[in-house]
Amino acid sequence: MQYNVLEYLEHTVKRFPEKTAYANDRDSITFREVYQQARAIGTFLSRKGIYKQPVVVFMDKHPRAVVAFFGVVYGGNFYVPIEEEMPRFRIELILKNLEPRAVICDRASKKVMDTFHFDGEVFLYEEMVRENIDDEALDKIRDAAIDTDPIYIIYTSGSTGVPKGVAACHRSVIDYIESLTDVLEVDENTVFGNQTPFYFDASLKELYSTIKAGATTYIIPKSLFMFPVKLVEFLNQYKINTVCWVVPALTMISAFGTLDSVKPEYLHTIAFGSEVFPIKQFNIWRKALPDAQFINLYGPTEATGMSCYYKVDREFREGEVLPIGRPFRNTDIILLDQNGRIPPKGELGEICIRGTSLTLGYYKDFERTAEVFVQNPLNNAYPELIYRTGDLGRYNERGELVFVTRKDHQVKHMGHRVELGEIEVNVNMIEGVKSACCVYDEDKKRIVLFYVGDLSARQVADDLKKRLPRYMLPNSIEVLDNMPLTSNGKINRKLLKEQINAGKKEK
Amino acid sequence: METLLQILKDLHPDVDFETCDTLVDSGILDSFDIITLIAEISSEFDVNIPAEEIIPDNFNSAEALYALIKRLSDED
Repeated sequence: MQYNVLEYLEHTVKRFPEKTAYANDRDSITFREVYQQARAIGTFLSRKGIYKQPVVVFMDKHPRAVVAFFGVVYGGNFYVPIEEEMPRFRIELILKNLEPRAVICDRASKKVMDTFHFDGEVFLYEEMVRENIDDEALDKIRDAAIDTDPIYIIYTSGSTGVPKGVAACHRSVIDYIESLTDVLEVDENTVFGNQTPFYFDASLKELYSTIKAGATTYIIPKSLFMFPVKLVEFLNQYKINTVCWVVPALTMISAFGTLDSVKPEYLHTIAFGSEVFPIKQFNIWRKALPDAQFINLYGPTEATGMSCYYKVDREFREGEVLPIGRPFRNTDIILLDQNGRIPPKGELGEICIRGTSLTLGYYKDFERTAEVFVQNPLNNAYPELIYRTGDLGRYNERGELVFVTRKDHQVKHMGHRVELGEIEVNVNMIEGVKSACCVYDEDKKRIVLFYVGDLSARQVADDLKKRLPRYMLPNSIEVLDNMPLTSNGKINRKLLKEQINAGKKEK
Repeated sequence: METLLQILKDLHPDVDFETCDTLVDSGILDSFDIITLIAEISSEFDVNIPAEEIIPDNFNSAEALYALIKRLSDED
C-alpha cells in the first residue's frame, strides 16, 4: 500500500529515468532530474531546520516550480503555491494567515518577494538544487511521515474577504489520483497540455498523474489562451492527447470557429470542469472530434480536486444539461435537504461528500472549517465527517447526478470559483464607498457591481485592481443613488438582478 | 478609431493606446481583454473577427486592430 505521494515519483524514475516529465515551450526536465533536484531541495530545507512547516513556493509557472513542490514534500513540509500575477493585497493576506518561515523563489520572483514585509527566510531555487543530497536525512523524514500529514495548501475565495487555505494530505491526493487516472485512462503514452494555474488544485490532475503513470505534461504558455489558432497549433506541435481544462478555455477555441480551419490532431481525451459546458459549444467540439472521449468533471477544492465524473455517452441537444454523473471510486455523494434528510428521488438537495477524499480543512481556521466539514446527519452512531459543498443538485431519470445551482452567492466565472461576498467586502473597504452589492448575470457571464458612494466607477475599478485577482474584477460597475433594500433591511439582490435582466430586454 | 480607443481605455485607463505597439508582447492585454474586445468590436462595429485573425500582430496596437476592423468590414 502507498502512503506517500512521492512513491509515485520513486516508482516512475526507475521505469523512465530519461523521459521528459514536465516541459514548456522552452525547457524540459526528465524524471531523473525531477527526482534528484527535488531531493536536493528536501535536503536543503532539512539542513535549515525547516520541517513540518508551510513553505511558500513563489515562482513563475515553469517545470522548476513542480520540482520545488516535490522538494518541499521531501523535506517533510507542505507547499503553498503563489504567483506574481496574484494581487499584492491577496498575497499579503495569505502570508498573514500562514506566517511561513520559508519562501522559495526563482531569481525573478525574489525581487518581488523582497518588496513584501516578511520576517522568514527567502531561499533561491537555483541554490537549493545544488545542495548535496543527504539520503539518510531524507529516509528519516520519510520514516516519520504518515499519510494524514499535509502536502499542500491551496487558497480559495472566501465570502468574508479573507481567502481560505485548504490543506490536503497524502492520503486524499493518492485517493484522488488513483481514481482519476483510471477514469482518464492515463498511462505512459499520455501527453497532457496543462492550462490551470499551479495555485489551484485543478493542476493536481496533470502534476500527479504524470509522476504516477510516467506521462508527460506540457505547460501551455498563458498567452496562447488569447490566440485560439496558435493554441491548437501548440497542441499539435507537442502531440498533446489529453487536456483537463476549465470550460472557458475550450469555448474560447470553439466560439471563434477555430475548429473549422485547424483541428487538434492528437487529442483523444478532453476532460473539463469548473462550470457548466454550454451545449452549443460542446457540440461544436464533439462534431470536430467525434472519436474523442469527453469527460465532465465536478468537485470542490475541499474534497481534493474532483469528486464526480460523467463520460459523455449520448447526444445532447440545446437546453439539455451535461450531468456530473457519478462519484469517483471510494467517494460517496449524499444529497441532503434543509432538514438534513435525503430528499425524494429526483428532488433538489445539497451535494455532500463523504470519503477519504475530504481534505484536512481550512488552515488556521477551525471556525470556518467546522461550518462545512460536519458530522454526517444520517449517522448518529460514530464520528463521520461530510463536506457540505453548498451546491444544489438532483438525480435525473437515468440516475445521474446533475448540478443545478448554488445555495449562496458563490459563482463560477471564467473557470474560477468566486464569492460575490468577497468582492463586496473589498469594495466596501474603499474609502468613499457607502454600500456595495454584486450580482451575477448568468446569461452574459458577467459580474455586475452596484455601489453607492462619492467615487466614479473608474476610481472604484482602479482601486479594486490592487485588491482582487483579475478574474474577480467586476465586468460592469454601476453607481446608484440608493441601494434598494428588502422589507427586513437587507440589500435587495433580486431587484438588482431583475434590473440587469430588464436592461437586456430594452436592448 | 475614437470608438475603438474608448473601448480600449475602458479596459486599461492607464495605458496610452495611441502610441503603444506592444499591447500583447508586453503583457498589457490578457485573455480576458481579448475576449472582451472581440465581443465589443462585434457589437460596436458589427464585425466578427474570425479565429485566424485572432493573432498577436492584429492586437499589438490600436492602429493594427483598427486596420483589421476596417479590412473585415470592407470584405463584407
